[in-house]
Amino acid sequence: MESLIALIDQNEIFNVQTLLHYWDGLVMTVQLVFLSLVIGALLSVPLSILRTSDNPWISRPIWFYTYIFRGTPLLIQLYIIYYGVVFIEGIQDSMFWPVVKEAFYPCLLAFVLNTAAYTTEILRGAIVATPKGEIEAAKAYGMSWWKMTCRIVLPSAFRRALPAYGNEVIFMLHASAIASVVTIVDLTGAARDIYAQHYAPFEAYTFVACIYLCLTFGLIYLFKYLEKKMLAHLRPLS
Amino acid sequence: MIDFHGYGPSIFSGAILTIEIAFLSLLLAVALGLLGAIAKISKNKVANAIATVYTTVIRGVPDLVLMLLIFFGGQMAMNNLSDWLYEAYEIDVFFNINEFIAGVVTIGFIFGAYMAETFRGAFQSVDNGQIEAGKAYGMNKVQIFKRIMFPQMMRHALPGLGNNWMVLLKTTALVSIIGLADMVRLASEAAKAVHEPFTFFIPVAAVYLGLTAISEIVLKKLEIRYSAGVVKG
Repeated sequence: MESLIALIDQNEIFNVQTLLHYWDGLVMTVQLVFLSLVIGALLSVPLSILRTSDNPWISRPIWFYTYIFRGTPLLIQLYIIYYGVVFIEGIQDSMFWPVVKEAFYPCLLAFVLNTAAYTTEILRGAIVATPKGEIEAAKAYGMSWWKMTCRIVLPSAFRRALPAYGNEVIFMLHASAIASVVTIVDLTGAARDIYAQHYAPFEAYTFVACIYLCLTFGLIYLFKYLEKKMLAHLRPLS
Repeated sequence: MIDFHGYGPSIFSGAILTIEIAFLSLLLAVALGLLGAIAKISKNKVANAIATVYTTVIRGVPDLVLMLLIFFGGQMAMNNLSDWLYEAYEIDVFFNINEFIAGVVTIGFIFGAYMAETFRGAFQSVDNGQIEAGKAYGMNKVQIFKRIMFPQMMRHALPGLGNNWMVLLKTTALVSIIGLADMVRLASEAAKAVHEPFTFFIPVAAVYLGLTAISEIVLKKLEIRYSAGVVKG
């Protein structure tokens, strides 16, 4: 422990102060990613069910939403929301202003909308891939549409969507680095501050790259574990 | 028509720059991807290890962080190099990392890793018997690659390649952060100058959307072309 402290003391860049700054950045990144993933996933479940509807008046608008958000860079979406929120009529006098004024909420909104679009398409693919026989069986049991969706379609769709969703989670973690552009001090923002302070770009950015790498490996491991658990019935017997 | 307050032409030139970056980095990414894939399936352990580290590390770190690292860190390394050259040999040179090259190299380097994974899967899906047949005909390695492997693996690689291309296209927006005057940067400068974010960002978003839509059509055509000779079941 003492040798560690000595090492930190000798080091010009990685002192206690900067490490704490990195820690704050890590907390911010995890917060942003976690919140946007949870809200995005909650939004995407109803959206994906509606997206598979036979009625084009329901499915088309949702297709349009996902197409727009998947076809444009997240950076542009963030800019539009971040710079555009001020232009909403009367927002500066409303009760939302103190909330929206900070960069965090516009950024969260952009991330949520983006990840919800991707997750909706992932879930839609999984729902469409439900074997016909399962749906016929559910109908033969006299299940209502709602019951069938809750009991048969969604549980198996969630499992099928898991590998693709794992990729989306990692993608979101990496995309969250963009938050640093709109003054949020996330991991990348912390690295930028420390780079500016010590003029040591290599050390500052390599360090966050390592943290991101660890987070990514953690997520990969988590999803591998979940897949093993949830898709156990699909594993070949051996 | 939308009033661009005179910023229209500059944003248009930015759009051209975005397309240039996208194509150049795609070329680099495909080249690196092919190399990486060949290294990954080769029996040479060193090449194998290098390719594995490359694909794992690059795919585990956000593209923005890598871009900043290569751009700022690369400039630092170049400064150190020129300092060292001056001290050791009294050669007075100054290397300046150009934003355009930094952007292309970084994006190409990042997507090379994704491409390597795509190509590796595609290479492995080519039937081994076909390669043996090529050998039996007395073809050398290059001939086997050109005549047998490549045309067949492209069919398997195209969907992944297409996905990577779409992501790459959207990643080009990040070069605006390292100071390259692409479409996004010019639009955001214009938006700040006249306080009208929607006038500038929505057309830029529309350009990206148009590029993705065109890419989708081209990819469909390519897929049909490379699937010629495959009976659809």
